[in-house]
Amino acid sequence: MYKILYARDIAPKEFDFLIEAPEIASHAKPGQFVITRHGERGERIPLTVADFDPIRGTIRLIFQVVGRATAEMASLREGDFITDVAGPLGTPSDIERLGTVMAVGGGVGIAALFPIIRGLKETGNKVITILGGRTSELVIMKDECGRYSDELIITTDDGSEGQKGLVTDAMKFAASRGERIDRCWAIGPTVMMKFCSFTASELGIPIWVSMNPIMIDGTGMCGGCRLSVGGKIKFGCVDGPEFDGAKVNWDEFMNRMGQYRDEEKISMERYETGVALWR
Amino acid sequence: MAVNKTRTPIGEQNPNERVKNFGEVCLGYTEDEGREEAARCLQCRDAPCVESCPVSIDIPAFILAIKDGDMTRAADVMSRYTNLPAVCGRVCPQETQCEGVCRLGRAKGFEPVAIGKLERLVADRNYSRQSAQKAEGAAENGKIGRVAVVGSGPSGLTVAGDLVKMGYDVTIFEALHAPGGVLMYGIPEFRLPKSIVEHEIRSITNLGVKLVTNAIVGRTITIGEIESGFDACFIGVGAGAPRFQGIPGTALNGVSSASEYLTRINLMRGYEFPDYNTPIKKSKRVVIIGGGNVAMDAARSAMRLGADAVGIIYRRSEAELPARVEEYHHALEEGISFHWLSNPTEYADDGTGSLKGVTCEKMELGEPDASGRRRPVPIPGSEFFIEADTAIEAIGQEANKVLLSACPGLKLNKRGYIEANPDTGETSVQWIFAGGDIVTGAATVILAMGAGKASAMAIDRYVRSRKAQSDDKSGRRTF
Repeated sequence: MYKILYARDIAPKEFDFLIEAPEIASHAKPGQFVITRHGERGERIPLTVADFDPIRGTIRLIFQVVGRATAEMASLREGDFITDVAGPLGTPSDIERLGTVMAVGGGVGIAALFPIIRGLKETGNKVITILGGRTSELVIMKDECGRYSDELIITTDDGSEGQKGLVTDAMKFAASRGERIDRCWAIGPTVMMKFCSFTASELGIPIWVSMNPIMIDGTGMCGGCRLSVGGKIKFGCVDGPEFDGAKVNWDEFMNRMGQYRDEEKISMERYETGVALWR
Repeated sequence: MAVNKTRTPIGEQNPNERVKNFGEVCLGYTEDEGREEAARCLQCRDAPCVESCPVSIDIPAFILAIKDGDMTRAADVMSRYTNLPAVCGRVCPQETQCEGVCRLGRAKGFEPVAIGKLERLVADRNYSRQSAQKAEGAAENGKIGRVAVVGSGPSGLTVAGDLVKMGYDVTIFEALHAPGGVLMYGIPEFRLPKSIVEHEIRSITNLGVKLVTNAIVGRTITIGEIESGFDACFIGVGAGAPRFQGIPGTALNGVSSASEYLTRINLMRGYEFPDYNTPIKKSKRVVIIGGGNVAMDAARSAMRLGADAVGIIYRRSEAELPARVEEYHHALEEGISFHWLSNPTEYADDGTGSLKGVTCEKMELGEPDASGRRRPVPIPGSEFFIEADTAIEAIGQEANKVLLSACPGLKLNKRGYIEANPDTGETSVQWIFAGGDIVTGAATVILAMGAGKASAMAIDRYVRSRKAQSDDKSGRRTF
């Protein structure tokens, strides 16, 4: 059982939890994730670690409600307990002194990007951060990311904040200024990462993306999270979650993400009916 | 008194009924039936059954106790050799071990004693009594030394149970949210009820073994931390990484490893979706690739989930099938079909990214290969197509790298498994011992338990000799 020290709503359907998990906090590195399961009948789901504090023994999880498991978690409050949190899992980001790096985030992917931005900055890189969303309130963690960025560019689809447009437009803009960009990270919705990868390839910048496939154990045991990278089968949980975005088979990945769409609907309806009855 | 030629019949769920539920197939003996079966045992001296048991259970002694109607004595005999009797009685391949060498069974026209079923009877009857029991060594806990066990499958539970009885302070680290390893995520409810596994684990934790779940060694706790906190470590993490054939179409929706399929069903109880939150597809036509026990488990699970047709594709013939005979027969009874001498070459897309079927080729058996079995060779132009919306690959596993990459000093063999002395579990690192599938590659529950037993003894010797050395140096005694 893992205690929730605070539970905050930070954007529509997006939640920020601080959780007591000293063993995870003292071992976590940027780019890693945890598997959570809530309730004895709950599903195991992967969530990226938005922050970790080895001294206080806490980790921070920022997640979006996308189905029943996340909806059930979102109903928890400060002082409640999550049944299981396992991690840190996955291969950490390859953070080293590269020169100038570009970090692109969208949606709750910004949470996963934050420790990477901080790690890159603390290693002595010049960090250009691009955060995007449909509208201003969906662009989370602006101040925190800004603190560890040399430049922060915000884009929104509706122009409610920053530049009107897509993160890929901002990538092109940043690259057009003539400065050499040594590497790019992009974390966000799959479609965003796909197009960021295309853009990075056009610009000749190597790009890391963080994949979030359907997982069960998260330790390489089931192979449910497999994806094709450079024509080879890779396991998202142990070989990743970060992969070379230019080599990911995006269409195949998106198809696999839809595997349980029907069941997810049944599950969510069941949950909503249950909640309605309970009320 | 004449000895019955055939075994005492045992209750089983009718095949037509059981394919609709996940309840246990074999219902077990009653005590009366057990006594009747026990009376068939010849009580051999130098009994070959004991010799062929990987954990050397004194089989004639516990069978004699059943015959005498003394179930407590039977349980006491058994508990000296095994920490998991209810599991072994159900999933051991007795036909190639104890029952395979039974002298009664060697006699013309006689069936061997149903040793496995008797073991199960004793274990099941012993439930309530055992949970109240405390280990003789429990009071001494921590005085001899501290041992970390990585993985709570059959080998880890055996090491932990044996060492705690000797008076060690034992902590098991389990990566998943529930202990039991393959007993929980791999073997289905209808063959090994999870309540049985939970009971066996409780009887081990009742002895004082500490169990930490959600602890991935190499991630949540490092090998270095284990080294500084414990005198020795046993690694029994299982083989743990599914193998894929890698044929075209492997990424299609509907194709999965047996590990994923069975984990969804067993550990996560997907068959009770949506009461449980982990989904499993209700497939119509299912093919399983492979011929081992895991393939049988996956096929029989698919049937129970309501599939119209379930077929097993195996590249050799019936004679080479590696699955237990009992499981094969159960599969046949339940209506599962077999495509012998067949090998999948491609998964076909239905046009939406989901599986439509499997193209296979026919095989013939050629010269024996490294395993001594005749190598299957494709017959040119023999392609055929099996319609399927689900394909499950049960073709074995390889070593999981998560722990191994976090423990760089550990020497691995050519196949990527840990190199360990089969008699002691000793590895290239003095304080680390290993056993089970992570040493041998995929094998059986009982072999993993045998490795655990051997390692427990070797760990005891190692820790005692280390303590003796340090006592000599410091001039004081710690025990």
